[in-house]
Amino acid sequence: MPMVNLSIIILVLPLISFVFQMFFGRRLEGKKGEWISISLVLVTLLLAIIMFASMLFDYQPDFRQEAQFTWLNLGSFQLEMGILVDNITIIMLLVVAIISGLVHIYSVEYMKGDVRYSRYFGFLGIFTFSMYGITVANNLFMIYCFWELVGLSSYLLIGHWWEKKSAADAGKKAFIVNRIGDIGMFMGLLIVATVAGTFNYELLFERIGNGAWAAGVGGLFGGVDPSTLLTWAGVLIFMGAIGKSAQFPLHVWLPDAMEGPTPVSALIHAATMVAAGVYLTVRIFPMLTPDAMSFIALIGGFTAFFAATIAITQNDIKKVLAYSTVSQLGYMIMALGTGAYVAGFFHLVTHAMFKGLLFLASGSVIHMMHHSLHKLGDHETDAQDMRNMGGLRTKMPITYTVFLIASLSISGIPLFSGFLSKDAILAGTWAYAAHIHDGWLAQAHLGWLLPFFGFSAALITAFYMFRLIFMTFHGEPKNKAVFDNMHEAPKLITVPIMVLGALSTWIFFTLPSFNPLGGEGWFQHLVEQAKSVVPVGAFDAETFAHGLHAAHYPAMYTSLIVAGLGIGLAVLIYLLREIDPEKIATRLGVLYRGSLNKWYMDEIYLHGIIRPFLKGCGAVATFDMEIYDHYVIDGVGRRVKSLATGTGVADDLVVDGAVNLFGIIFQWLGWTLKFVQTGKIQNYLIYVLIGVLMVYLINVF
Amino acid sequence: MNALSSYLILSALLFSLGLYTVITRKNAVAILMGIELILNAANVNFIAFSKFVTHDVEGHLMAVFIIMLAAAEAAVALAIILNLYNDHGNINVDEANALKR
Repeated sequence: MPMVNLSIIILVLPLISFVFQMFFGRRLEGKKGEWISISLVLVTLLLAIIMFASMLFDYQPDFRQEAQFTWLNLGSFQLEMGILVDNITIIMLLVVAIISGLVHIYSVEYMKGDVRYSRYFGFLGIFTFSMYGITVANNLFMIYCFWELVGLSSYLLIGHWWEKKSAADAGKKAFIVNRIGDIGMFMGLLIVATVAGTFNYELLFERIGNGAWAAGVGGLFGGVDPSTLLTWAGVLIFMGAIGKSAQFPLHVWLPDAMEGPTPVSALIHAATMVAAGVYLTVRIFPMLTPDAMSFIALIGGFTAFFAATIAITQNDIKKVLAYSTVSQLGYMIMALGTGAYVAGFFHLVTHAMFKGLLFLASGSVIHMMHHSLHKLGDHETDAQDMRNMGGLRTKMPITYTVFLIASLSISGIPLFSGFLSKDAILAGTWAYAAHIHDGWLAQAHLGWLLPFFGFSAALITAFYMFRLIFMTFHGEPKNKAVFDNMHEAPKLITVPIMVLGALSTWIFFTLPSFNPLGGEGWFQHLVEQAKSVVPVGAFDAETFAHGLHAAHYPAMYTSLIVAGLGIGLAVLIYLLREIDPEKIATRLGVLYRGSLNKWYMDEIYLHGIIRPFLKGCGAVATFDMEIYDHYVIDGVGRRVKSLATGTGVADDLVVDGAVNLFGIIFQWLGWTLKFVQTGKIQNYLIYVLIGVLMVYLINVF
Repeated sequence: MNALSSYLILSALLFSLGLYTVITRKNAVAILMGIELILNAANVNFIAFSKFVTHDVEGHLMAVFIIMLAAAEAAVALAIILNLYNDHGNINVDEANALKR
């Protein structure tokens, strides 16, 4: 069966799950209704595995199948819907299917007894459907449709516990902040549609490459430089990714999104949806000009660094992971910006596994904390605050082990998946700084900023991840009663996290090679660097590849050193307690407070944008109500009313009079003529006789 | 004045008498009689033209048809008149004016 058909089945099954849960879920609560959703998702996982296996057997880097149909025919412009299956699609489908399947199973235990249990599974279904849609889309328009659908399902799931005001607010915030990015993306799509006349990736790239783009720009906006417009198109479409992948300055929604249930955080806000922005950037990579790539790299690099500095001081276990996610997404975006295309997508895959794992494992801790607190009747203590935990490794050995694996992976320690992809990204930034001279970032001699951001973020990441582990699983329990009631989570929770734990090791990503230092494997063979189609000053992939080769070992050693440093610091401060964290905090003063308060980003937005905006809205509303409505609208209304009275009189007299006159005339005629109708046949006969005689007379004379 | 003219004059007289009867009489049976006169006026015309103008038997045939039709018509008309009598107690046509106005 062609891959396209398989992918259509994969796409539709979660939608069925959604519809089913919406209409019949309520009745099947407590009767294993959720297992219908789970089995549907597991079927998609099975199909994704089949596709993946056949990809491995084919082993063609340029494998590609496409099918499409015209959805809307607007004369010269056609909107098409279509499926594109290539190696990237297949890998992404498998990632989404694995995480979604495991999260479905995990949720059975985690959400047990929830008020809207079946709805929750329905929403997971529609999310999975939309995520598959983004993955298989063959054009920008279709990806935009599913893009908004994941936004919707994210909103629904963040606000799953909407009775809590913070959860409802977080849902709204995520939706609105994403909209800001999507407006940019929409404008980018409009540029693409007007100039190139197509949304299809392949056609679009072909038209950019063969000069049709330049001709289109010349025809529509004479005088505009085609490659400048191409840069703008790329940057604007990338704005969608800034919103969805929570890049600076639109990252503010992601930490708040942690108000949603933890499995949701794992599925949507760590592994898949936020990676959609990266996926989009991967898809549009060939059309990115060096200037656009500079912008993307800088945004990504800064985000990676910036978010990592916030993660250090957070005390909420999920907040730490949220900022860690923002930071890791920054890595991927930075990689794509520097041209390390394969590394960026590779990190998406490995990150999905270990970050999904981190969230599910933290969910396991939170779940058991809740149980323990519930048993003690304690509703005050925050189950997510790491300061209330400590020493849990003896109570939850499985959770502890997988958490440790994921942390080693995210810190970039050999033998784990994170090392492979992170190292490739860092080598990419290194090669970019050393060898690439296109794009404004390199021309301004700021290229070395990227490795700086990358390596410092790596150091900080290692530090905060081990701070998290030591605060949660090591040391003395902070609350003896709570601690005594803790135990390992049930099987439905531990099995998914063990699966993800296995998938966070190097072996799955380097086969057929077993070398844990990596660089070679099926992934690097099957995912090829996409060729840039930019006509002027295209990204020089060859120089970059050489640079990447040269930078491989230096970057690896440096990243190992910084990761070791980060872990060592964490050990000194939080495990051995040689250095008192309080003292460092007071010594760093401003920096500590800044980090703890997320660099006041929310406050800056509140006072800098939201409040002035609301004030402006108020002023406009006042103007509208007091002046515009009062004088213009009501004034026009009064004039119209008096005019209407005049025409009303004319209408009554003239028009109605004429109509009535006709009525009266015919009424009179009828009254008169009815006397002819006597009912006597003999009279009628006389009329006939008279008529015949008249005809005769007329004929004769 | 030839032979055809005298037949036609007879026919015209019969027709006029018949029409006069139909228009002036109140009694439905008398009106029926008037109609018979009109029909027979037509019969006389048919036979006269057949005899003196076309020299064939088609006019005779038509006359036989008309006599038959007159019999049928009389049967229907008498049935109507019987019903009129049952309804009104008499057979005056000027009193059967339910359709007036």
